[in-house]
Amino acid sequence: MPQTLPGLGDLHDIWVYLAASPLLHLTLTLVAYQAGTWVYRRTGNNPLANPVLIAVVALVGLLLATGTDYATYFAGAQFVHFLLGPATVALAIPLYRQFAHVRRSGVAILASIVAGSITAALSAAGIAWALGASASSVISIAPKSVTAPVAMGISQRLGGLPSLTAALVILTGITGAMLGPLVLNLIRVRDWRARGLAMGTAAHGIGTARALQVNEVAGAFAGLAMGLNALATAILLPIVWRLFF
Amino acid sequence: MLAWFTVILVCQLIGESIVTALHLPFPGPVLGMVALFGVLVAKRGVPGDLARVGDTLLANLSLLFVPAGVGVMAHFVLLKNDWAPLGAAIIGSTVITVAVTALAMAWLSRMTSGGKGDGEASGGGEGA
Repeated sequence: MPQTLPGLGDLHDIWVYLAASPLLHLTLTLVAYQAGTWVYRRTGNNPLANPVLIAVVALVGLLLATGTDYATYFAGAQFVHFLLGPATVALAIPLYRQFAHVRRSGVAILASIVAGSITAALSAAGIAWALGASASSVISIAPKSVTAPVAMGISQRLGGLPSLTAALVILTGITGAMLGPLVLNLIRVRDWRARGLAMGTAAHGIGTARALQVNEVAGAFAGLAMGLNALATAILLPIVWRLFF
Repeated sequence: MLAWFTVILVCQLIGESIVTALHLPFPGPVLGMVALFGVLVAKRGVPGDLARVGDTLLANLSLLFVPAGVGVMAHFVLLKNDWAPLGAAIIGSTVITVAVTALAMAWLSRMTSGGKGDGEASGGGEGA
């Protein structure tokens, strides 16, 4: 018999080769996300079937099962992660298309984002503190609604753990994308501008991603809110912090 | 298409450079967004090729958070200590923040535009 099928030893060699190359984890990231999107579509775009959450849970399970560390995974996934920057820049496009809406309600937008920024920080720190979290956890969760690089900077300045903040920011984004639309329906806010602004302020880029999938006005306002909330929180939180703690 | 992807990268590079040079409390890409907005104002519209690049990126924005999401795994140990108060704070605070921001915006835009304005026109859709 000529050797046409690979034996077990060969399979092991293939695995060793693939596990070391970025291709494997890049591909797995895309496959897991598409599986997540498939589930999301099957449920009629139910926000609770969040594709990011599904993909993350599947990938973390796979990495733990195969004993793969995060650095190895990220060597492949970094190509996807890199595109976050250009995608953020591209948020200028929906913003430009909807700018007539933005200009008409400039004052309302700024006031709502400032209200949301302070509410997010104080309610997060307050609940964590009331339930007995450590001081460093209370500080680390305060900027949780802000986009990750800015939130980590704020956390560091106030004496928190930037890496813990980064994890809390991601968890907040996923939570906001899942629960935000349900809360908005419950309080009967149907104005797409208000819905988008709330998603971007509370749940940064992950909330914005969800808003963009549903409506372009909401997406534009969410992207704007994500940027302005980062600025508002970076300026206001250190001041408010000194007043309360 | 490639030309416009290059423009997007140049905008990001400008944003990152300014933020780093001036130590601004702001992510570089957000300043890059402002730069691209300036380009669109100068062009008086969104060129078709740019729209294709940008809309493709934004249609898949959720995907781009997956690697960072998996990164939460690297911080399991940090989360373990205070998981209950932190979990409750994330859920409680996110729900409160969404509600406060949305109600403030709905109320303020009604106040400032005087009665039924563009909000209802743009918000007539299903509350999905």
